[in-house]
Amino acid sequence: MARNISYQQAIGEALAQEMERDETVVLMGEDVAGGAGSPGEDDAWGGVLGVTKGLYGKFGDRVMDTPITESAFIGAAVGAATSGLRPVAELMFIDFMGVCFDQMFNQAAKFRYMFGGKAETPVVIRTMYGAGFRAAAQHSQCLYPVFTHIPGLKVVTPATPYDAKGLLIQSIRDNDPVIFCEHKALYTLEGDVPEEAYAIPFGEANVTREGDDVSIVTLGRMVHVAHEAADALAKDGINCEIVDLRTTSPMDTDTIIESVENTGRLVVLDESHPRCSIATDVSAIVAQEAFGALKAPIRMVTAPHVPVPFAENLEDLYIPDAGQVQQAVRSVMGKD
Amino acid sequence: MSDSIRAICMPKWGLSMKEGTVAAWLMDEGDEISSGDEVMDVDTEKISSAVEVSESGILRRQIATEGDTLSVGDLLGVLADADTPDADIDAFVTEFQANYVPPADDEEDGGAATETVDVDGRTIRYLLRGEGGVPIILVHGFGGDLNNWLFNHEALAANRAVYALDLPGHGASAKDVGEGGIAALAAVVSGFMAALGIDKAHLVGHSLGGAISLSVALDNADKVASLTLIGSAGLGAEIDGDYLAGFIAAERRKDLKPHVEKLFSDPALVTRQLINDLLAFKRIDGVQAALEMIMAAFAPGGSQALVLRDRIGDVGVPVMAIWGSGDRIVPASHAEGLPDNVRTEVMAGQGHMVQMEAASEVNRLIGELIG
Repeated sequence: MARNISYQQAIGEALAQEMERDETVVLMGEDVAGGAGSPGEDDAWGGVLGVTKGLYGKFGDRVMDTPITESAFIGAAVGAATSGLRPVAELMFIDFMGVCFDQMFNQAAKFRYMFGGKAETPVVIRTMYGAGFRAAAQHSQCLYPVFTHIPGLKVVTPATPYDAKGLLIQSIRDNDPVIFCEHKALYTLEGDVPEEAYAIPFGEANVTREGDDVSIVTLGRMVHVAHEAADALAKDGINCEIVDLRTTSPMDTDTIIESVENTGRLVVLDESHPRCSIATDVSAIVAQEAFGALKAPIRMVTAPHVPVPFAENLEDLYIPDAGQVQQAVRSVMGKD
Repeated sequence: MSDSIRAICMPKWGLSMKEGTVAAWLMDEGDEISSGDEVMDVDTEKISSAVEVSESGILRRQIATEGDTLSVGDLLGVLADADTPDADIDAFVTEFQANYVPPADDEEDGGAATETVDVDGRTIRYLLRGEGGVPIILVHGFGGDLNNWLFNHEALAANRAVYALDLPGHGASAKDVGEGGIAALAAVVSGFMAALGIDKAHLVGHSLGGAISLSVALDNADKVASLTLIGSAGLGAEIDGDYLAGFIAAERRKDLKPHVEKLFSDPALVTRQLINDLLAFKRIDGVQAALEMIMAAFAPGGSQALVLRDRIGDVGVPVMAIWGSGDRIVPASHAEGLPDNVRTEVMAGQGHMVQMEAASEVNRLIGELIG
């Protein structure tokens, strides 16, 4: 039965239920068990923001603290996945991908293809992303477009507690490497989540609001920004349809196109940088596949092409907000 | 102020409904309204339906306008006699609106939350509305849950207790369906009655739930006060096996939607939210296996394994069969030629979910049967 829990609890519950169900599921990462020399039984951190808290007590050595060496433990997780385990490795911040990128894009992503389809790499890399935490340029980026660019990786960006649990369970059961991206600002978001385990298939976008005037295609935390904008616009009689991509690889292009064919207008809202991003990708797909349906130029609402600023007022300006979305929607409606 | 003034309010359809949007008025100011008339179409997150009034009178005021989104219980319009002065109606509206308090967001609606009971080792979820009298038990069909009765439950509970349960493998009940056939599921309904201390009940079953209810009535004659079978299984071998198999196989919205549309005479009732809710149910661990198990026992190869038609004459309590003439899942021809003890009501143009699409008529018929 469903009850109200947070995004963070939904992720912890998905991990616990899959570890219960399948003993090949193991966790590894910095501080995911006890951390800082603590054995983990008592007051363990459970990851930097406590998502895996309590799992060491339940599953013991299947929850492994690692040295602060992403290159080593992400590599170990990839290797373990090719030899029978289903590791879930926590790459604390997505910004740290640089030091272990070879393990992900040259190794994990390639094995199925380079070994004639005979190798499977069922690894999940959980990682935090996003600005708004006053954590500066090296702990605040939205780097999922980089992973989306690599064939062989699946990329997941849940926006709600319900999706976080179901998509993480699917990620663990999936036989390919999955980059599971968690927005820091969503951890405290609450929503209805079934107690039972359930898996949401990849590549199915969720239309979270129906409307006939403008399609807003978005993902992750920005889904909520889109809703804030749509609520305000509805008061002026502008009805937005909101498409939450849920996964960027595979991406549900059918739902995007179907929505744009209905509304004739597209605003893409993405917290990542504007170049080579999900926003540009969605825009290109619609321009190519549904140009005839467009009644106005596509508008992208993204962060600017600069590193995430540390100054609070600048960081607030950096993150796309509902006001910018409203402005973009009014512009494609010809009402700006 | 005249006693003849009656408010038409935003109804509450199901546990989660908080507000509805006025899609269209179906009656004009000045029209004469009889009890049971549909006055307005309302869209909610889950479903679209018509607001039916239980009073008679002249529609003197349309308060809500098309496109308005209003909370449950808010004023939609006013009924009154023709000779009620306008000033009285104005005063009524002013007073209503001054006193109206929308339901709080997190309110559990005065105890309308579902409960669970252990039935022979299985957790069974149910919703109880009303109290007293010989209770009604509502038994949903294949792939359904207690929400299939959202337009019936409250109306039937005006003067008696009404239980709606989730069958095993469905809703929020346990996923273990045992052998999965009618007999196994009927044993759960009997066990449900025993667990809650219900000695005797009126059984109302839809589709698969009809066959289950009939089976309970045949095996426990002393425990059943009446039997209402709606678009029921168990009265002939024929059933849309493609629907059952397609419902089970569909993993995504696009695959599921065409199957669910077969259930309704008006496919517009199949909202995105309805499909999402069904997908959320189907994606829970154990549901797929449960549905496959039920299908294998209940309709192997796409035709019904257990036909109780020859035995329906043995049921010693009032029996009614309600069917939509356009039922695409279980054909309405199964309502033909039933023995004399069965009252048969075939509703023209209706589909399989007749209890949702023609709720007030179905509620009225059930009320007549059980007295």
